[in-house]
Amino acid sequence: MSTPQYRKVAALALATGLGLSSLVGCSTKSDDDSGTDAAGKTTITVDCQPVGAQKELLANWNADVAAFEKDNPDITIKSVSVGEQCNNPPDFTARLAGGTMTDVFYGYMTDLSQVLDSGQAMEITSLANKDTIPTWDSVDPALKEVFTDGGKLYAVPVKNYSMGLVYNKALFKKAGLDPAAPPKTWAEVRTAAKKISALGGGIAGFSEYSAGNTGGWHFTAEIYSQGGQVLSEDGKKADFNNAQGKQVLQNLKDMRYGDNSMGSRQLLQWGDLLTNAGAGKVGMFIGAPDATQAIVSQFQGKYEDWAMGPMPGQDGAAKATLGGGEGYFFKKGLTDDQVKAGLKWLAYQKLTPGKGQFDYARAKPQNYPVGLPQPLLFTNGSEAQKQELDLRKANANLDTANFAPFEQNPVPIKGEPRNAQAIYAVLDSAMSGVLTNPNANIGELLKTAETKVNQLQAAGS
Amino acid sequence: MTIVAPHITKQPTPPAPVQRTKRGRKLRDNLTGHAFLIGAVACFALFMWFPMIRGIVMSFQRTRRGETTWVGWDNYTRIIADPSFWIAWKNTFVFTLLALVLGYLLPFFVAILLNEFRHFKGYLRVLVYLPVMLPPASALFLFKYYAYDPSEAGLFNAILAFFHLPTSEWMQSPSMTIPAMVIASTWMNMGGAVLIYLASLQNIPGELYEAAELDGAGIARRVWNVTIPQTRLILALLAMLQIVATMQLFIEPLILANGAGTQDSATSVAYLIYQHGFFQNDLNGAAALGVIMLLVLGAFSAVYVRLTTKQD
Repeated sequence: MSTPQYRKVAALALATGLGLSSLVGCSTKSDDDSGTDAAGKTTITVDCQPVGAQKELLANWNADVAAFEKDNPDITIKSVSVGEQCNNPPDFTARLAGGTMTDVFYGYMTDLSQVLDSGQAMEITSLANKDTIPTWDSVDPALKEVFTDGGKLYAVPVKNYSMGLVYNKALFKKAGLDPAAPPKTWAEVRTAAKKISALGGGIAGFSEYSAGNTGGWHFTAEIYSQGGQVLSEDGKKADFNNAQGKQVLQNLKDMRYGDNSMGSRQLLQWGDLLTNAGAGKVGMFIGAPDATQAIVSQFQGKYEDWAMGPMPGQDGAAKATLGGGEGYFFKKGLTDDQVKAGLKWLAYQKLTPGKGQFDYARAKPQNYPVGLPQPLLFTNGSEAQKQELDLRKANANLDTANFAPFEQNPVPIKGEPRNAQAIYAVLDSAMSGVLTNPNANIGELLKTAETKVNQLQAAGS
Repeated sequence: MTIVAPHITKQPTPPAPVQRTKRGRKLRDNLTGHAFLIGAVACFALFMWFPMIRGIVMSFQRTRRGETTWVGWDNYTRIIADPSFWIAWKNTFVFTLLALVLGYLLPFFVAILLNEFRHFKGYLRVLVYLPVMLPPASALFLFKYYAYDPSEAGLFNAILAFFHLPTSEWMQSPSMTIPAMVIASTWMNMGGAVLIYLASLQNIPGELYEAAELDGAGIARRVWNVTIPQTRLILALLAMLQIVATMQLFIEPLILANGAGTQDSATSVAYLIYQHGFFQNDLNGAAALGVIMLLVLGAFSAVYVRLTTKQD
């Protein structure tokens, strides 16, 4: 071959190679269908591994993986981190649409409908049992029900919460309020908010979300407290354009513009409010017990400042509060061995007292709370619950008295509506309306949201 | 003596093989070029044409419980009936219009101004271009937390208060949402347009200005009669590009207004697509709205092509 020809052939080969490598670069690698590696071990990918910035949590996770693999030498866990917030709705939707979830993937209790619509979830009814998850019979049946559709189970619940009033004890003291007696009605919240915001320095007496789906989430919790609901019983129509819905918005409007006790910064979403809370600029907000964990571990707050009371009601105790949680789904197409491996992993890391998330002895010296009143995954009186609560009490690293008003005043828990995230996105607009526009027409805001939610439900049915 | 011409057997090279050789060489040469293109074309097809066609197909389908069915125009009628649909188009058009007034004219005048400077030209150009180098998300967070803070601590409010002017709630005020987005967007993007105008201005022959000056034309007259006619092609081009770009308004509402803003005051068409697709479990509705947007932008692009063809 002459030199020029040789060069040409080489150039052609290089160009083709580059072209093909570009294509390879554009593609994603598919998993091995058999679910086993070269050594014959069952391999599963699992998401929600803590990110690098969460050093202690990441070290705990990696230690759990190592210990689990040692106990189960025929299983390999491949951990995947999907961000600090394991289910950021747009990312989650993108992964579902693209089919790029891990084999065992994290989701909210509100995600079942979306996951089923995507056709990506696998039914695990027959495989989730005492053999794979020793504490399975103790797991609260109500939580299993949330992940069940048409009698088929699609996910394993691993965390639950219910909402109440989270408040800053230090600001309560400064404002002359009793930190041991948090407000129990919305009227009391309003009075306390006025006193706290009177401290000045940009402190909001009461703070509320109105963006990123969190406004709708809190609207739902607050209408439950009024005895209302977001959807009709059959789930087909919006049911918030009524006296209860109006009361929710009126309470907020009164505090925002009547008393000017909610601060000037609005359109807040999850991280915004918690950042302000961590900086000591928020007196009260609606949240779950684990909100205090986020305030401390992610937003530089202090545990000793935070306490929690029950969800406020309109004229007395709240009629209900919103409950939710999270679980792990299984990607369609897994082998039985992979599903069993995933269930065993979840059993080890999420559902065994003394291990994984319940390894309170390990968490005690770390900057993560032990002693919060939730999660409560196991049924009342079960052996698993007794073990878990004993360990929690023995290793508590925060003053559990701070949560006594919340625990001692239980409020009935109501689950999230079907198609919750889509409804929350719509209701954000009503929340932002009353929090940013002094002339907002509450009736109009609710009517617009009602029209949109009715459309959503009609399209989704 | 007879000179006999030697019998030379004529063996002309047949024309066809010559052509074949030429064509073969051309093909071989091009083959290398085409091979270089394989990757780019394949990626382009995979990530541009395929999603576009897939989007059009999806806009006529609905996926529930993993089952996809054909639903005709249902997604279109539903998306048009969404109370946010017309608000999003109105917001997008108002933003485009304001961005055209501010974001289109301002860079032109800044370029004219810079062109007049005798000193510090390079320094000033860098200064004008600097915001373009800042990642858009960072620039918008700066605006969100420092410039548009609704309290008196906000930069813009502090300036307004200093001059005893009424302050604003900026992104929290429905009437200020779009102007505030236009200001931020113009600040972020005008550097590129300024440099293009500047290059165009420097190509205008100096004698045209000298002639105008001899005729007694002032600066306004020179701009009107010399600068604008000489740069009309660039002006037309940038106007169209500006319209197409601003119609796709997305990152400004997403960051500055945390999405929809106060009562949909920041909702743009692109953001509504995102909301349907990623928050409302409605990828098919999002696809339908995407197709509508494609048609509208296609119409603008057609106008642009027509205009530039005429100019040529």
